[in-house]
Amino acid sequence: MAILRVNGEERQYDGDSSMPLLWYLRDELGLIGTKFGCGQALCGACTIHVDGTAMRGCQTTIADADGLSVTTIEGLAADGDHPLQIAWRELNVPQCGYCQSGQIMQAASLLKDTPQPTDEDIDSAMSGNICRCGTYPRIRAAIKQAAAATQGAKL
Amino acid sequence: MTNPLNLSSTITNISRRGVLTGLGAGAFVLAVGVPGSIPAKAQDAKYGGDGMPNGLRDDPKIFVAIADDGTVTVTCSRQEMGQGVRTSIALIVADELEADWARVKVAQAQGDEARFGNQDTDGSRSIRHFFMPMRRCGAAARAMLEEAAAQQWGVPVTEVEASNHEIEHKPSGRRIGYGAVAKAAAELPVPERDAIELKDASRFRYIGKGEIGLIDGFDMTTGRAQYGIDTRLPDMVYAVVARPPVYGGKIASYDDAEALKVPGVLKVVTIEPTPIPSEFQPLGGVAVIARNTWAAIQGRSKLEITWDDGPNKAYSSDTYRETLEAAARKPGAVVRNSGDADGVLAKAEKRLEAEYYIPHLAQASMEPPAATVRIVDGKCEAWACVQAPQATRDRLAGRLGIPVEDVTVNVTLLGGGFGRKSKPDFVVEAGLLSKAMDGAPVKVTWTREDDVQHAYFHTVSVERLEAALDAGGKPAAWLHRSVAPTIGSLFGPDPKHELPFELGMGLVNLPFSIPNIRIENPEAVAMTRIGWYRSVSNIPHAFAIQSFVAELAHAAGRDHKDYLLELIGPDRKIDPTAIGDGWNYGEDPKLYPIDTGRLKGVIELATQEAGWGRSLPKGRGLGLAAHYSFVTYVAVAAEVEVDEHGLLTIPRMDIAIDCGPQVNPDRIRSQMEGAAIMGVGNTLLGEITFKDGRVEQNNFDGYEVARIDASPKEIHVHLVPGPDYAQPLGGVGEPGVPPIAPAIANAIFAATGKRIRQLPVKEQLSV
Ligand code: FES
Ligand code: FES
Repeated sequence: MAILRVNGEERQYDGDSSMPLLWYLRDELGLIGTKFGCGQALCGACTIHVDGTAMRGCQTTIADADGLSVTTIEGLAADGDHPLQIAWRELNVPQCGYCQSGQIMQAASLLKDTPQPTDEDIDSAMSGNICRCGTYPRIRAAIKQAAAATQGAKL
Repeated sequence: MTNPLNLSSTITNISRRGVLTGLGAGAFVLAVGVPGSIPAKAQDAKYGGDGMPNGLRDDPKIFVAIADDGTVTVTCSRQEMGQGVRTSIALIVADELEADWARVKVAQAQGDEARFGNQDTDGSRSIRHFFMPMRRCGAAARAMLEEAAAQQWGVPVTEVEASNHEIEHKPSGRRIGYGAVAKAAAELPVPERDAIELKDASRFRYIGKGEIGLIDGFDMTTGRAQYGIDTRLPDMVYAVVARPPVYGGKIASYDDAEALKVPGVLKVVTIEPTPIPSEFQPLGGVAVIARNTWAAIQGRSKLEITWDDGPNKAYSSDTYRETLEAAARKPGAVVRNSGDADGVLAKAEKRLEAEYYIPHLAQASMEPPAATVRIVDGKCEAWACVQAPQATRDRLAGRLGIPVEDVTVNVTLLGGGFGRKSKPDFVVEAGLLSKAMDGAPVKVTWTREDDVQHAYFHTVSVERLEAALDAGGKPAAWLHRSVAPTIGSLFGPDPKHELPFELGMGLVNLPFSIPNIRIENPEAVAMTRIGWYRSVSNIPHAFAIQSFVAELAHAAGRDHKDYLLELIGPDRKIDPTAIGDGWNYGEDPKLYPIDTGRLKGVIELATQEAGWGRSLPKGRGLGLAAHYSFVTYVAVAAEVEVDEHGLLTIPRMDIAIDCGPQVNPDRIRSQMEGAAIMGVGNTLLGEITFKDGRVEQNNFDGYEVARIDASPKEIHVHLVPGPDYAQPLGGVGEPGVPPIAPAIANAIFAATGKRIRQLPVKEQLSV
């Protein structure tokens, strides 16, 4: 039996604990905001936070998260008003939108560690997240805008 | 995204030609382009949206609903896959309706073309075709609201005016909200098309303004947006399918004993393969159905399957390339011939020739194909991320033996499409599996490996160009041989030539002022599923032509931009039918001639903004390319830097687009940005190869797409101001892609002196 907190709620699971969190979140809990893109840690669509750190949900099993706290895009901010989410909407970042949960979760982790990221910081933190629609220029701009809006305050 | 010739008509056309003339598509292609023998359009030739199956609708009672509280719901019959169409369609209606954007919602239409008109979301034509019908919808609804208010007040309708969600009685200043008269308005007859008064463009609030946020922006940034992969139904089960690795293959034998032992696996069933050509039907294979996706994936990995590979098991990219090259070095079917290019080339003292190779690509939308189907009381209901919901409905009905009126297709958001999701094979799989589960809801998810290995691949081509040069280094004769397996091979019995819509993608409709032009299309036999990939055959045609022009300019010692402008020649409007293109993106050649002035205009704009001619540090170069596609003009100036290790970066790209009147400028910009980045992936990284009939790539490690660090550091999009809104609109979703690869290749040459004639660039610059 694994016990974990998901978006602040305690969850118990007694099924196959080698199941990646990605499928547990999506199929068992109905948290469909975390996306499947590759299943191999190659695209970042499944990015979630485990105890505050960005992780790939397709590579992190339920057993890995036993006793830990998991945050998904649904739990990133009440009312969807994280500074990144606001900047994302102001700059109309999404095209199809499919990769954006993962992009935002990855960017949130970046800003937490590096409140005023340079272009190089953004490249290295975000290059694991593919956007096939090509929203990268706006992702970059939105990260900078959110960073400026929070003026380096810890997120 | 790209289904330029709608599918059902492709099929009819092929078979009709076959029946009437006894000739295959190849023979038909031969006839195209010989002046005077272009097949005359029937008397009632229809163009644009009217020429699509089921045409256009502009009935506000179908597309607009207004609730008592005034909430306006616009039904969007085009599929959202990142182009922003749900926002753009809604803002067109809202503008003409004089609606307050804050009170506008969008509903997604089900697949029902009898009701909504054509729904195939491809060919860069949603706004191009639906701008006027949606304006008429909004304007008619506004007129009906005004009429209802006038009747309620007992005043002449000429004294009332709708504005910002209210109707005002001018003389008295009385006002009433839309919600209060919505019911009465809905009872009124819809005004005749001729009687509908459209707004003057000076009064537009949303159209052309670019100040409207994405209608799905909140959902997409909070994880609430629903894609095809996200459907959840009570008692739903989950499936993945092991498909034949070679196109046309089938199961020889299989053992599912180990798969069935995986906890959560419920059942293993087979799907009958579809013989070649497999059209939009499933490839067949062995499906594992389980309680969750993970169990299904685990179960599939435990299947033991022996495949019978069938006729395409010898398909290998290396040898296929040699076959294409051999074909390109011999004469082939003539698809355009003006003057005497052969004669002039034979006698030429100075000639230049070059061969270009452009590989297969996979669309690889971030959301892989996924669909859910259930069958209840003989009625089938699907939830799917499809570009062509009516085709989906038809295929489900046909394959399941259920009357089409008993099949419902609910369209989710698409996590990207790029042409892949025009083909509903994956939805039919879900239908067949639901049937095998007594109608229980089954969600089929394609893994990334499935998606990369079983795409409907972008064609692979060899483009061979030869020019005879005059004393000034300009082409006196131009010969282009394009060899590529055709999308027609999905439908027809063994077609070996590009179809008119492929030839019309920048090959025959070459807008250059050259006295002798000969274009040929030698045979190529398809050995895998070929399909539409964002901008389709424009990719190889533009890469070859725009690279070759730069090669010619260099050989002549001329500035590339000046040379290209001279090659295009004087400002004129070319009738596409006069140069062998009877297709013209389905548009009326009179409304949509090729306007060389507009083509030159985008070249001037892109180069001016990029600072063409400025001196650059060592290792840097500027490259140019321009291309007309989807009745839109795009030019790209790319600046690249290649360091001493051959590492390439793109500091800047300037893209100029002239797509006629602009509806949602922000989404035009975003489409250009996205096209640039997808184009960078096509140019530098992307390649699908086959060996022994099997795709050699599996996932984003082998099949690479552009990431943030490879994408241009700056992308500047320059919109040519649109003419008045009565002028015809151009496409936006696709035309940004074709000029990207040649612009980068030309920049690489400027930076390094190395000419790229083969895509992707990959390791070619390594030193
Ligand atoms: S799905 Fe996890 S990284 Fe792609
Ligand atoms: S917005 Fe479509 S994949 Fe990123």
